[in-house]
Amino acid sequence: MILNALFFYLFAGVTVASAFMVIASRNPVHSVLFLILAFCNSAGLFVMLGAEYLAMLLVVVYVGAVAVLFLFVVMMLDVDFVELRQGFLQYLPIGALVGIILLVELLMGLGAWVIAPDVLNHGAEPMPALTEMSNIEAIGNVLYTKYIFFFQVAGLVLLVAMIGAIVLTLRHKEFVKRQSIAAQVARNPSTSIEVRKVESGKGI
Amino acid sequence: MSEMTHLPDLMPVLPELFLAVGAMVLLMIGVFGGPRSSAPVNGIAMGLIAVAALFVLPFGAKLGETFGGSFVLDEYAYFLKLLVLVGSFFAIAMSWAYAKSQSFDKFEYPVLIVLATIGMMLMLSAGDMITLYLGLELQSLALYVVAAINRDSVRSTEAGLKYFVLGALSSGMLLYGMSLVYGFTGHIGFNAISEALSHEGASIGLVIGLTFMLAGLCFKISVVPFHMWTPDVYEGAPTPVTAFLAAAPKVAAMGLLVRVVIEGFQPVTHDWQQVIVFVALASMALGAFAAIGQTNIKRLIAYSSIGHMGYALVGLAAGTEKGVEGVIVYMALYLAMTLGVFACILSMRRKTGMVEEITDLSGLSRTNLPMAVLLAILMWSLAGIPPFAGFFAKWYVFSAAVEAGLYPLAVIGVVLSVVGAYYYLRVIKVMFFDEPAEAFEKMPVELRVVLGLSSLVVIFFALMPGPIVQGAATAAGALF
Repeated sequence: MILNALFFYLFAGVTVASAFMVIASRNPVHSVLFLILAFCNSAGLFVMLGAEYLAMLLVVVYVGAVAVLFLFVVMMLDVDFVELRQGFLQYLPIGALVGIILLVELLMGLGAWVIAPDVLNHGAEPMPALTEMSNIEAIGNVLYTKYIFFFQVAGLVLLVAMIGAIVLTLRHKEFVKRQSIAAQVARNPSTSIEVRKVESGKGI
Repeated sequence: MSEMTHLPDLMPVLPELFLAVGAMVLLMIGVFGGPRSSAPVNGIAMGLIAVAALFVLPFGAKLGETFGGSFVLDEYAYFLKLLVLVGSFFAIAMSWAYAKSQSFDKFEYPVLIVLATIGMMLMLSAGDMITLYLGLELQSLALYVVAAINRDSVRSTEAGLKYFVLGALSSGMLLYGMSLVYGFTGHIGFNAISEALSHEGASIGLVIGLTFMLAGLCFKISVVPFHMWTPDVYEGAPTPVTAFLAAAPKVAAMGLLVRVVIEGFQPVTHDWQQVIVFVALASMALGAFAAIGQTNIKRLIAYSSIGHMGYALVGLAAGTEKGVEGVIVYMALYLAMTLGVFACILSMRRKTGMVEEITDLSGLSRTNLPMAVLLAILMWSLAGIPPFAGFFAKWYVFSAAVEAGLYPLAVIGVVLSVVGAYYYLRVIKVMFFDEPAEAFEKMPVELRVVLGLSSLVVIFFALMPGPIVQGAATAAGALF
């Protein structure tokens, strides 16, 4: 149990610290790297809860895809982050005050409560023991049957996100030359080679 | 697992399924049809919504719940869905002339409106917190995009970005509240939450969760203190988009809020009632005072809509069946008035382009008397002056509040509506008594139709309140 608690505090502590560094570090690339650290430690917390599939998803999807994409965007965008942060210190005191008040209120309101261990089995969809069934099988059993409606609506939400990204960013530029394979294949010497008589000493 | 193999009952979700498949077909038409397809896509989108409202919802869909209670189609959802479909239909209709003249006729616009409509219908049918959230996000994401759809205009992109950032914040609050409510009751279904609360009562944690949820939902109906985005977004977004934002999504979000607090948190009425009373008072006050200094008519309508949401919440604050009936009547009449006012704003077009200052309406009575008279009637109605519909809308919610013993709320509300009347009457004064400005371009046919229908509702509601009031009474009865 002690080992368990030790790892919990290790993962939780590093997650919170690196999450803080995401917003505090000056260099945006460092921010993204701290974000990756936060994701990896959250994955550790999931493993401790017995949700190994979610842990792997977090690493694969968030670290492998999302964070790397962030890194590309941060490197490619020419944004002066130092200038963007000009107002940060100015608003820090009032922001910190609001944050601390909220934190104290939440601690006072919720701090006295402890989750009873057996409550976890009374959820909308209790997790079967790992010896019976793996996580991925348990999720698959309900995702496409009981929760098919949520699954489909989530699909619609993603469709809207995709349409939105295209509507707001895609531009068809007139002057860009695009590859046309049909035109390339259809070329022959008579359409692409022109023979001209060149007078000596003048050029074309 | 054997019961899982049955196909869930799809009849209650038939209208949503119809619209979702239709939206995807529209996308295909748009993608393969190229730039010329925006006219047919617009027409077909209106057709889809009309068919959903006239045939699929009344004759195809069957009242009941499905997907294990996640989706509920009762008389309440039915009536409000009709309102939402009406709002979306006219929003697409009104965008047409503007889109052609301002060259933003993208075929994605009607598709996004149809998808937002599906989101709103899901919100109204939410039986648990996951459907609530998914419906809300589907609607909101589509709205963020349409607010920024005029991407070459700085104001439009600013409106979209502001709306998106604040909307994401409110979604965060909503989710946090929902997780606390789930943690302290152990249920996600509204009926199950209500059942659990009637045994256990409200713990502190639940009240905190409930407050966060209310904050998230209040953002969506833009009431004080979650209203900051409204004037900027209304002003910055292209006018047809503003017409859409002000109408159907407000009805849907209000419907959702009513269902959440009445169906899910009835046993702890006292806890949410205080929040709703405060929010209603603050919105009515801000709507009345902040609109006075506005010169832009879209900003004026934004503050007016904040005030109107406050009046509608007075009915909810009562927490009774009569109060909910008042809210539904209020939202139906608000929808009619808003669409009419935006039909007028959209026809404020000169040769040089769209104008949106109140002074541009100067002397409208001498250049276009019918429009001036109808807009004056709509303004009277918004101010709540009898015999127009707006008066009866306010009368329903205030009488419900009085019956529930909320005398101070009703009295302050009536006083604030008198203050608010000032700026509506100022618009009328500008139209009738100021020196005429240059005349507007001819009003397009579809805007005339919308303005005419809206005025019919506003003028004749007093003589024939039957359909709306009875529909609202049946709808409210389904929640209790």
